[in-house]
Amino acid sequence: MAKITPLREAVASLVRDGDTVALEGFTHLIPHAAGHEIIRQGRRGLTLVRMTPDLIYDQMIGMGCAAKLIFSWGGNPGVGSLHRFRDAVEQGWPQPLAIEEHSHAGMANAYVAGASNLPFALLRGYTGSDLPKVNPNIRFVECPFTGEKLAAIPSVRPDVTVIHAQKADRRGNVLLWGILGVQKEAVLAAKRSIVTVEEIVDDLEAPPNACVLPAWALSAVCPVPGGAYPSYAQGYSERDNRFYKAWDPIARSRETFQAWMRRHVLDTDDFADFRRVLAESMPQSMTEVA
Amino acid sequence: MSTATMDFTATEIMTVAASRLLKDGTVCFVGIGLPSTAANLARLTHAPDVVLIYESGPIGAKPTVLPLSIGDGDLALTADTVVGTPEIFRYWLQGGRIDVGFLGAAQVDRFANINTTVIGPYDAPKVRLPGAGGAPEIASQAKEVFIVLKHSPKAFVAKLPFVTSAGYLDGGDARTRAGIPGAGPTAVITDLGILTPDPVSKELTLTGIHPGVTVEQVKAATGWDLKISPDLKTTEVPDAETLTALRDLQARTAAAHGTAQGQAGGEG
Repeated sequence: MAKITPLREAVASLVRDGDTVALEGFTHLIPHAAGHEIIRQGRRGLTLVRMTPDLIYDQMIGMGCAAKLIFSWGGNPGVGSLHRFRDAVEQGWPQPLAIEEHSHAGMANAYVAGASNLPFALLRGYTGSDLPKVNPNIRFVECPFTGEKLAAIPSVRPDVTVIHAQKADRRGNVLLWGILGVQKEAVLAAKRSIVTVEEIVDDLEAPPNACVLPAWALSAVCPVPGGAYPSYAQGYSERDNRFYKAWDPIARSRETFQAWMRRHVLDTDDFADFRRVLAESMPQSMTEVA
Repeated sequence: MSTATMDFTATEIMTVAASRLLKDGTVCFVGIGLPSTAANLARLTHAPDVVLIYESGPIGAKPTVLPLSIGDGDLALTADTVVGTPEIFRYWLQGGRIDVGFLGAAQVDRFANINTTVIGPYDAPKVRLPGAGGAPEIASQAKEVFIVLKHSPKAFVAKLPFVTSAGYLDGGDARTRAGIPGAGPTAVITDLGILTPDPVSKELTLTGIHPGVTVEQVKAATGWDLKISPDLKTTEVPDAETLTALRDLQARTAAAHGTAQGQAGGEG
């Protein structure tokens, strides 16, 4: 049953060193505030999972949280490379990062399999690709009925999944809408889950087929308005494309990255404090908290 | 309606040539960046009923500006419906409902295989690229595939360091023998011309050349001994109406995103 709790307490009690952690979000609803809190609390040795690792994983990798990354597309969308991710893969800084690389179809199916309590996902995939040559977790099995060759990959079963959503009611039922990505599957595949929300309301006013995650299927719900920034929450905020561009020069060198992370994340109390400091250092960014 | 000729850039004629290939009513799985620009130009010009599907979940997206990232809010707000990403890949792509997969690439080889993973050895890459995204399954399961990328010897290589997504593999009937359902890449559109696979060998052959471009230029920008079709056609010059639609779209995009041009994109 979901506890409505401050984010700091949720991360302290639910995210542990060495965990497999999925912070999911597909351009939309990326849980940046939760990623910052994991960095602040100094988690180490995490296996990070995400279809589309972008800035928040660049930050977590560069700050030494991660030992391994399971993913299918890594980049700064519309801008270029993730420099901290590349430095970890190419130079082992700040520590070596093992990678397990899939396609989106593979990852999406692996979350579905995890949520379905199956040991592996089955799909028509990877045929002719070199990915199975570099990822021993992509294998092929024969259909027992037709003999057809199909791809199999292990389910994704995170210890903790973290997502951001638009709203929760006072019991902790969560509603999200817009681009949904794999968030529902990622939550249901995980042992524990944290959902940060824009607001807590009396009534979700959700239509019958809306994407609602019931309170009893979640571990913690944390009110963090604007907690997806610089990603967006449809109906609440716009994506701050300027921040994505500004990230590129910050992340290029280890020194500018570390100084930025110290000032904006390690030395701030919480996400609201981060937004205040960012408004000082980057006045051209979208500084309004929705 | 004006049909007067206008000056155009190499990127513009590439985008226009790519968009023309998309027929009205086609169901198109769209990659971000150049494919998305071309597909939306088609929708805004000759193909108003093209159905654009993005891997983040929107089906029937009609964005007013080009998405900078593949999950931009405008895609969701203008779509006929938005489904989860697993459903996109399981029901709509694997389910066999996609006519055209429209992809970009960092590199292609002579048999239209795609690399978006690494340049150099996988374990010690010279360049680490973003990775597969949705491309391996789009390339294999869409009924046909269009690839759009700029022409250069670094991008058009005889043999890829890494095959992320299958084209015709080693050529001939290798793709069919591997059991890949879709027909594969039927056109590679570049800023210099259009390459299509030879019907038997499946080797990419220059069948279209943009006005003002020479065959020598295309050969010099290709990393293998490019075969030239005896029936080489010159690309029709973009008409003023199409160019205006493209420029308006990019101006709207630049104003909305604060970018210099509405081309760049990514999947995150």
